[in-house]
Amino acid sequence: MKIVIASGKGGTGKTTVATNLAFLLAREGLRVAYVDCDVEEPNGHLFLQPVIEREWPIEKPVPVVESQRCTQCGRCSKACRFGAIISLPQRTVVFPELCHACGGCQLACPAGAISEKGRRVGTVRAGYAGTIQFLGGELDIGQPMSPPVIRALKETPLEADLVFLDAPPGTSCPVVETLRGADMALLVTEPTPFGLYDLQLAIRLVRALSIPAAVIVNRVVKDGEPFLQWRQRLKQLPVPVWAEIPESRAIAEAYSSGTIIAQNVPEFARELQPVMHKLKASIDEGTCRHQW
Amino acid sequence: MKELVVISGKGGTGKTSLTAALAVLSSPCVVTDCDVDAPDLHLVLQPQTIQQQPFVGGRKACIITSTCRKCGKCVELCRFGAIRHKKGDAECEEGGFLIDALACEGCGVCVDHCPERAIELRPNVNGQWYLSRFHGGYLFHATLDVGSENSGKLVTQLRRAAHEFATKRGVPLILTDGPPGIGCPVIASLTGASLALIVTEPTVAGLHDFERIARLCRQLGVPAVTVINKADINPETSDRIANSSIRYGTDVIGMIPFDSDIVRAQMAARSVVEVSDGPAARAMRAIHSTVMSRLEKALDVHSGEFITIDVTQIDNVKSKGVTT
Repeated sequence: MKIVIASGKGGTGKTTVATNLAFLLAREGLRVAYVDCDVEEPNGHLFLQPVIEREWPIEKPVPVVESQRCTQCGRCSKACRFGAIISLPQRTVVFPELCHACGGCQLACPAGAISEKGRRVGTVRAGYAGTIQFLGGELDIGQPMSPPVIRALKETPLEADLVFLDAPPGTSCPVVETLRGADMALLVTEPTPFGLYDLQLAIRLVRALSIPAAVIVNRVVKDGEPFLQWRQRLKQLPVPVWAEIPESRAIAEAYSSGTIIAQNVPEFARELQPVMHKLKASIDEGTCRHQW
Repeated sequence: MKELVVISGKGGTGKTSLTAALAVLSSPCVVTDCDVDAPDLHLVLQPQTIQQQPFVGGRKACIITSTCRKCGKCVELCRFGAIRHKKGDAECEEGGFLIDALACEGCGVCVDHCPERAIELRPNVNGQWYLSRFHGGYLFHATLDVGSENSGKLVTQLRRAAHEFATKRGVPLILTDGPPGIGCPVIASLTGASLALIVTEPTVAGLHDFERIARLCRQLGVPAVTVINKADINPETSDRIANSSIRYGTDVIGMIPFDSDIVRAQMAARSVVEVSDGPAARAMRAIHSTVMSRLEKALDVHSGEFITIDVTQIDNVKSKGVTT
């Protein structure tokens, strides 16, 4: 089963939830994998401290023009909707950063002058953190497009009953790429207006992709009218709330130093228990109960 | 005219809270919310919209079912798996073909190679952008439809509109709230800015992500300074960030202590400097005056200057000489 941990808003605790659930469920003997799809700012390795066994570059196929064959007919530039290949009177220029690797220019070239060559955009690392299978992607700095790296991560075979995919923040193409094909999404939010607004965007996205979802509220301070009002608004949203993790200095300190919180703060592990039960039940049933 | 871009790498470090405070303190100014994926600034600035415009971010393929002979050529050629054709796919007619709009990148390969010319590229409205007024000035903000592409393009469009507007009105300062990450919308937010303000937090993740965004600023040639939020929750890691920022030439110009007034202000839909005189608000005021003096020495931005550079053409920016 593939579970995406997403949020809309950044910094709500996606990585915290993903790494700790992976840790707790692996400790119970499940075959668990953790995949860091936040390839722009990957952080999962800081907490899981995996031993990396394999590392390989991710390449995006970009066109290469053989100048002897090129007749400067301009059909490639006409075919490219991204302005990534431009036919000038003397030569044809390729802009790899703009290329979406669709293969359109190659198909359009009547002279057979265009071939493709891999161009490095990032790295994938694979290894183990205890019994947890670890897979992490990292986008090279200056590269604008992360989906090819995320795609590479998702194409890497894993042997696990439960795969946690740690998503990037936001709601646009990198998040869509992470969510595609997932069995369920756990949406992590925080009890603030920003958290709620961005959660609503995330809910709209998972709904558009027909992926069942549940919410985990992080950093909850239960007393006080503002929180109760906030929770009232949360309850109007069409998703079940699976956990409310309290704000705590012990949790914040364990996080800031890069440890697995559940290992050091028992109350945190306790808060995640209901989520674990529900996930295990979903595995047994082979499906997720919540449907849109 | 100067432009300050508030950026962070890691999400949730306090970009928007700090931007809102700077916006109120810098009045009159033009503010741009470039976190178009998850925009939150309007929740604090409570603006009134003056103008709204659709954002056309590229095109999407569309199959004309009456002409389609179901040959399957498009499925074979599409590299994005954007053509659905499975039998039993409820939304596809029996044996029919359908474009998955969330997967389609608008490359047009299917359009160009369909033997029946049964596919078209149609302009795709995938967001709205707004010009609004708030009590400290004007806000340019946008909403991108969920699951959309081209967030970088929308960011560029927003910044362009803000630059033109600020130039016309003679407003000397543009404040830009950037998105998290280091990818396309971040590059689009940073390119050509006078100064970047990196907001980070003293956690291992904050430090790791700080280094990546600092390197991106350097690569793009945008000078940067650093602010550590919640600096007191882990002084040791704050020191490590400070050391690291010396290495990257993005010195720490302020530290904001942990202060529950920040969340309280957000709950009240106000900027923290308007409702509090606590440690965080005081730190933000000090950061404001330091940033303003740094901006005086920074380069001006000119309306339209960065626009000729496509957001994703970093190679070209570096090598110069190539324009689109």
